[in-house]
Amino acid sequence: MNKYMIYLNGKRCIGCHGCEVHCKANKNLPVGPQLCEIDHSVMVKIKSVPKTEFTFRSCYHCEEPFCAPICPTNAMIKREDGIVYIDQEKCIGCMACAGACPWTIPQLNPETGKAVKCDYCMDRVDAGLRPACVTKCTTHALKFVIMQEVV
Amino acid sequence: MTKSVYSICGMCTVRCPIRVETENNKVTWIEGNQHLLGGALCAKGSAGPAMIADKERPQQPLIRDGARGSGRWKPVSWPTAYDYIADKLKKIKSEYGPESVVLSSRGGPWQGMYKSFIHAFGSPNYTNHDSTCGRNTHHSSLSLNGVGRKGFVYDIKNANHLVLFGRNMFSSLRIAENLQTLDMLDNGGKLTYVDVRQTITGLKSTRFFQVRPGTDYALALGMIHEIIRREAYDSDFIDRYVTGFDELCYFVEQYTPAWAAKECGVREKAIKNFIDEVQKDMPKVIFHPGWNLSRYKDSFYAARALHILNILMGNIEQKGGLIIPKGPGDCGKKGIRAIDVPKPDIKRGDGVGWKYKHFDKGPGLGHLFFPTMESEDPYPIKAWISMRNDPFSCMPDPKRQEQYFDKLDLLVSIDVHYSEFGWFSDVILPECTYLERDNGICVQKGPKPRFGRRQKALEPENDSKPSWEIFKNLADRLDMEDYFPFNSIEEYWKWQLEPTDYSVKDFEEKGFISLSDEVVMYDPEKLDGQFKTPSGKIEIISQKLDKAGLPSLKEYVSPIRPPKGMFRLVYGRSAVHTHGHTVNNPLLNELMPKNSLWINVKAANKLGIAHGDLVDVTSEDESYTGTVEANVVDYIHSEAVYMVHGFGREISRQTRCLHAGISDQKLMVNKLDDWDPAGGAINLCEAFVIVRRSVRNPKRRVEL
Repeated sequence: MNKYMIYLNGKRCIGCHGCEVHCKANKNLPVGPQLCEIDHSVMVKIKSVPKTEFTFRSCYHCEEPFCAPICPTNAMIKREDGIVYIDQEKCIGCMACAGACPWTIPQLNPETGKAVKCDYCMDRVDAGLRPACVTKCTTHALKFVIMQEVV
Repeated sequence: MTKSVYSICGMCTVRCPIRVETENNKVTWIEGNQHLLGGALCAKGSAGPAMIADKERPQQPLIRDGARGSGRWKPVSWPTAYDYIADKLKKIKSEYGPESVVLSSRGGPWQGMYKSFIHAFGSPNYTNHDSTCGRNTHHSSLSLNGVGRKGFVYDIKNANHLVLFGRNMFSSLRIAENLQTLDMLDNGGKLTYVDVRQTITGLKSTRFFQVRPGTDYALALGMIHEIIRREAYDSDFIDRYVTGFDELCYFVEQYTPAWAAKECGVREKAIKNFIDEVQKDMPKVIFHPGWNLSRYKDSFYAARALHILNILMGNIEQKGGLIIPKGPGDCGKKGIRAIDVPKPDIKRGDGVGWKYKHFDKGPGLGHLFFPTMESEDPYPIKAWISMRNDPFSCMPDPKRQEQYFDKLDLLVSIDVHYSEFGWFSDVILPECTYLERDNGICVQKGPKPRFGRRQKALEPENDSKPSWEIFKNLADRLDMEDYFPFNSIEEYWKWQLEPTDYSVKDFEEKGFISLSDEVVMYDPEKLDGQFKTPSGKIEIISQKLDKAGLPSLKEYVSPIRPPKGMFRLVYGRSAVHTHGHTVNNPLLNELMPKNSLWINVKAANKLGIAHGDLVDVTSEDESYTGTVEANVVDYIHSEAVYMVHGFGREISRQTRCLHAGISDQKLMVNKLDDWDPAGGAINLCEAFVIVRRSVRNPKRRVEL
């Protein structure tokens, strides 16, 4: 079972897109790939105030990811804790993973010629830290949730 | 080896505290200071390292090698550039006097050095960008409270109700203030938002007034009327500290909520319900007196009305209200030393202090140097040094400004980027980025004051220099070395801290020196002496304004409606850009490469404009047109069109943002003289524009 998820508290989100840049800066990504994104719905009036809903999306880290078995070099790996990541050494940039993913989440890094995707900043997580987007969220709206089974 | 450095961000002028990790002179991690912001940082803050890698910035000193604005540059060494500037300045000084040189900066905690430089040179003419920003708010606070707009900080976290008139705080992003506001809302607090359009900030509001452009003053007057009619004000506070209350009561009698509702296009009942809430929430109600209120002809009086609303709440020095910022002295500590060369006793070239006596003499009013350039009265202006300030981007009508600036013998731009002014200037001195430079120690006043420090995290990549070194080197060449008694930043910090009990080591633990663990508050019953007006009271009828022949309570005049086919141009900010400074940053440009024109859906329908269509936006005199996509929305007033400021740049070395989007200030043709004689600021929302569906919308494909 997946151990982690990222939760967005929509009440605190101000749609500043900080998370998107925090991610890119941490992963040292060039212009092009974007591993997480903030979106919002069309404004509607609620109690005479026009409001919108913000949503956050990175990778769903599927229980049974389509991207992993299709990878010809076994570079797409699902860890015990549920994190789906790309072994950059093995990746050949064929982007079969992107084709297999229903949301086309893996993207090509034009600088390395390899696929990249959200891995919850697993190097940080393994060091006891939180993903970059959560750590630096401008309004502390993003939370890194460690899931526990409730008996 | 990993190095961790506490510093101060420089992507915008909020200057949030940060911590930076580096390895081999590369940033590996950057975050908001955990001790103050819990790590929070905005998109701009994370895009700082991308700015360093961006080679579309000046990388060594440049001297113009063609006509002004031609974009032809000759790279030179620092000594050559310093000598060039110093020789010109000496010549100008001997021919026209030192006062013919103006230095403008972007303000902030380190401006003392720039100001001292020009004062030491012998000129009183230090100025900044504020006549296009906070001057109206500042002068309105001075006229009422005797202290400027920074004379109060807002205890939003503990407030019950925050009222924002066009203060789009979640796009301006002062992170600490934003966190306070969201905490307040989480605790059940209320947010009332007033604007001509719905914004990110308005989305979080509990009450939203979408008003007709230019009617903020009317709404504030209606609120004052209703509060006074219900006697829902703090009469003890008013008796103790305020003069002119009776005149106010008499003045606002005509401005009923019904009248205000009609004038602003809102519901009377909503105003009355709002006052119900305020009555329950006071004194923990904050009427934010505005920030960039250099907008309408009556913005100064709108800001005064907002300050008056605070006064009615009696919220000064109350928890959840307006707090008087405390300095080292209030904590029983000694303050730091700062370079402060007194202003030479010469009339200012912008007329502030002698022709216009009711304005703050500090930075004067930048736009009032233009008439002096033309008339040479009281003396000619011959040189302009711009320290990170870009007059062409912040003031209206850059083409007209070019005509004025072209009369000058020397134009210098000191900046991290190419600015539009820099592109037109004679010499560009590249300052290194905030991650590559140290700055002096600064005092951060507030309820819990502290000393802050910007410390470099990296060695500069380009042949760029920190500002202290630039001014020091120029000073040495102009025989002013005695005013800058240091040779390194370490010596400067030591000299600054000498009167205190601290050393630079004390910054290491948290990146700042906390002067008090507790919030320092004055007794609200003993605020006498805090209001530095002529009478020592809060003056609703200002003696200073009286002397200047200006009314303290100005009759409301309804703003004119735009002529047929035209719209009032309203500008603002996005959370991912700092005006024109960041539009060429690779990562921020990727997020928002151009701006769009917000237009009301009904108004757009009448013009046959659909969402996403290209529209031509033309200045009133039809001398400037830009083409952008229309953002057709429900929640903007039909008289207004809106765009994010900072786009439409024309610097060919900034390829990413070259001609991308449209510039509001270039559309404000002939608006350089449209300024407020009472508040001093330029009226930036008094321009109308023509909007047409562009012929560039393709109908069908013709090319192969």
